Amino acid sequence: MAERRDGERQKTFTRRAALLGLGQLSLFGALAGRMYYLQVVEADEYRMLAEENRINIRLLPPPRGRILDRFGRELARNRPNFRVLLDPDEAEDLPLTLDRVSGLLSLDQATLARIEREMDRRRRFVPVTLVENLSWKDFAKINVNLPALPGVRTDVGELRHYPQGERMAHVVGYVAAVSEAELTGDPLLTLPDFRIGKNGTEKIFDLALRGKAGNSRVEVNAFGREIRELRRQEGEPGRDVVLTVDDALQRRLHGRLAAESAAAVVLDAHTGEVLAMTSTPSFDPGAFNRGLSTKAWNALRGNPRHPLINKTIAGQYPPGSVFKMVVALAALESGLITDGQSFFCNGKLKLGNHTFHCWRHRYGGHGHIAMREAIAQSCDVYFYEVAKRIGIDRIAEMARRFGLGEALGVELTGEKRGHVPSKAWKLATRGKPWLQGETLITGIGQGYMLVTPLQIAAMTARLATGNRIVPRLLREVVGEGEGSAGEAPSLGLSAAHLAIVREGMDLVVNGSRGTARKASLAGDVRMAGKTGTAQVRRISKAERLRGGKQAEGTPWELRDHGLFVAYAPAEAPRYALSLIIEHGGSGAKAALVAKELMEEVLRRDPLRRRAIGRLAARGVPEREKGGGSG
Amino acid sequence: MSLGGHTRNAEKATLGSKLLDVNWGLVLLLASVAAIGFAMLYSAANGSVSPWASRQMIRFGVGLVAMLVIALVDIRVWLRQAYAIYAVALVLLIAVEVMGVTGMGARRWVDLGAFQLQPSEVMKIALVLALARYFHGIGHEEIGRPLLLIPPLVMVAAPVFLVLRQPDLGTALLIAAVAAVLFFQAGVRWWKFALVALATVIVVPFAWRFGLHDYQRDRVLTFLVPESDPLGAGYHILQSKIALGSGGVFGRGFMQGTQSHLSFLPEQQTDFIFTMLAEELGLLGCLVLVGLYLAILAYGFAISLRARNQFGRLVAIGVTTTFILYVFINIAMVTGLIPVVGVPLPLVSYGGTAMVTLLVGFGLLIGVFVHRDVPIPRRPDQLGA
Repeated sequence: MAERRDGERQKTFTRRAALLGLGQLSLFGALAGRMYYLQVVEADEYRMLAEENRINIRLLPPPRGRILDRFGRELARNRPNFRVLLDPDEAEDLPLTLDRVSGLLSLDQATLARIEREMDRRRRFVPVTLVENLSWKDFAKINVNLPALPGVRTDVGELRHYPQGERMAHVVGYVAAVSEAELTGDPLLTLPDFRIGKNGTEKIFDLALRGKAGNSRVEVNAFGREIRELRRQEGEPGRDVVLTVDDALQRRLHGRLAAESAAAVVLDAHTGEVLAMTSTPSFDPGAFNRGLSTKAWNALRGNPRHPLINKTIAGQYPPGSVFKMVVALAALESGLITDGQSFFCNGKLKLGNHTFHCWRHRYGGHGHIAMREAIAQSCDVYFYEVAKRIGIDRIAEMARRFGLGEALGVELTGEKRGHVPSKAWKLATRGKPWLQGETLITGIGQGYMLVTPLQIAAMTARLATGNRIVPRLLREVVGEGEGSAGEAPSLGLSAAHLAIVREGMDLVVNGSRGTARKASLAGDVRMAGKTGTAQVRRISKAERLRGGKQAEGTPWELRDHGLFVAYAPAEAPRYALSLIIEHGGSGAKAALVAKELMEEVLRRDPLRRRAIGRLAARGVPEREKGGGSG
Repeated sequence: MSLGGHTRNAEKATLGSKLLDVNWGLVLLLASVAAIGFAMLYSAANGSVSPWASRQMIRFGVGLVAMLVIALVDIRVWLRQAYAIYAVALVLLIAVEVMGVTGMGARRWVDLGAFQLQPSEVMKIALVLALARYFHGIGHEEIGRPLLLIPPLVMVAAPVFLVLRQPDLGTALLIAAVAAVLFFQAGVRWWKFALVALATVIVVPFAWRFGLHDYQRDRVLTFLVPESDPLGAGYHILQSKIALGSGGVFGRGFMQGTQSHLSFLPEQQTDFIFTMLAEELGLLGCLVLVGLYLAILAYGFAISLRARNQFGRLVAIGVTTTFILYVFINIAMVTGLIPVVGVPLPLVSYGGTAMVTLLVGFGLLIGVFVHRDVPIPRRPDQLGA
């Protein structure tokens, strides 16, 4: 009975077991199908993904090229940055490890707080930088103790260093971390520690300095940790860039002007090479690399003397009387004025309802005066008369020939164009026709005229040589050959006309009545130059009655800018110089400083070093009180 | 059936003859699968027997002895003790609930001093025994009476509920599925399964809303679209598929797997060991392993069909099904067919409890074979002891 019943059960069981077996087989069929799909149909796809998983391409950042001065002195170089990193995942006892590191390096509270912050923020398996810029001694201390510091790693990074600090800041520029907007697709830029040229030659020559990234194909595990290197391709180190500047000269210039808010440019008058270029006050370019605090940044930004601005290329000033040579040449070239033709200066010129004054009007003017003396004594009335006769168009055209009103394309960032006004410009921007009075004041470099110190330095070099000199900072990108320094083309001006103007400039310094007669050089070399005073605001009537001079008590920011341009030696020009001292009072005062600078330039002249040598023994000349000039 | 002919009376069989009767072919199959496991654990440790392969070998050795001992014990002993074993397993599950050890966000282990035990594993075998005993006592006609289905349903529901509480969705489903297979094989009517299926369809949306933990919902969701979050929860499945697929037909070679050795695979020595095998030995290696599993499946079915008592049949089919579901769930999981539920690959994955559970199960299976002709009355009180 039991057996029979069990038979029924067994029948049912067998029937259903067959179904169950079939069901289980079909499960395995599904698995086999899935495996076939993954391992045969999609195999290539997954193999590729697996490689992507496994292989990481690590960029090898190339060392950044150096920036050198014309004699090979380093203006920017790379300093090893000794760092201590921590892999928190590998640290066995994190607080203990930190405690030991802190003990070895005697870390302060602020650093410890920063480390704690970074620990909280960091991604998994990304090391935290504990300390940077360690001294070799401290670095060695950590390295010796590494076995006792699980998770701690040391590493040598690279830090940009500017040995000259402030004085080269505007020429060299600086590097800083890459911003979002600067990403160009170069993978180097995405490296967290990568620095890019942000200003000056660091920025202009960034691509050459940067070099090309190498790469290393490494096998990594799922946590991104390197297992081994598979292949390595070395990159190309950044190229060294040699500039035309002479650091020793720059040091003298910068030192002399450090207390002022000033800008000075020294050019090789024939090649346009910038030998020195200083803008004061300046800033420490290394600070940007290390990371600037908001406070320090605001202090730099808020400084009324604008330390961040390179005034030699971005400071725009009315040229004042240094523009008179251009007007004189425009007049001579026009044929409307001859050098012997004189005008009578009684101190002022009336045009319609307006009276235009000469700086000497209090003393009754210059009397009869012709071109050479008009330049030497900077007679305003003479140039009013000339400007009135030749018109604004000729003046503007000549100004442009001398490189004013256009960017000269020197290898720096932020170069300004200045401004040369014209009739069309005034109508377009002001909606008013050009007035003759405006021609007159343009004739003495006031009004709408704006120039940069670099532009008037180039202008002076062009006056000195008659050639179209273009200032440049680059000597050579090492490995790419020197920049072509072909003979500059002629300006196409009559040699005789140029000679007349040069004689006038010679008289400015060396004539008995020149406005910069107190600035004649010691020794046997003569300098030719021109003073200029740029009004910061209109001269009040009271001041005019006092002789046009500003009262001693005038606040600094309201005093006139003092300008001076010069070349030397006068008879065979080699160097051109421009100087502007913001709110320096007058061009005559600037001339005295320029004299010191030019003496410094000549002292360093490789050919004249011996002849001028005795100048050095004289020491710094006493500072004289200068008279005003127009 | 008569007592004569080839039917031996196992009651009188000696230990020696029983040993001869052990299904050694099956033992060889199990050992082969385990050997593949040792090789993969050796590879997973980058060519070292420690820490995994050596311990796994010891466990297998101990388990093998335990299996043979269990196989040689008279099957009626297991029948008699089935409810007691079930009761102990249930108490252990409750103990987990009360004082279990928490690991990975779930309480699954109970600390027994010398070792930690995962009661849900014990329950897998205990429930098979208990249900087999219950249905052994239910005649072909009685099975149609709904009231008689209530006790076994309670027997299933209690552990499933407790395991769900741990929470361990995978094991709960596995237990429920094996129980369903036993109900099915015991002859429960088709329409009752249909009814349960219908009820499930209705209940599931509510369970989804109220019954599942966030991490369980996440697992199901990321299973559906693993690529949507390649670094998050979908990471395991995606990396597993990459490793598996990149193995191709012939694999990268033993110990040459890149993904598993570079830690892209999670837990390559336990749940994801099949992926590693697939990467290193390719489709061919996978098919060999799956072939071995199928052979074990065939043995299990053959033994269950050969048994002359309902208890043996049900134990055999229950153990085999448990084993096969393990295999299926694990491989389906690592190939991205079903959500990651954390089930080991039988005999291959590193792990003690699962290995012991399975070998105990196979001990019972072989025991069914050894005692295939032992007649067992439906009423247990008619048993000798």
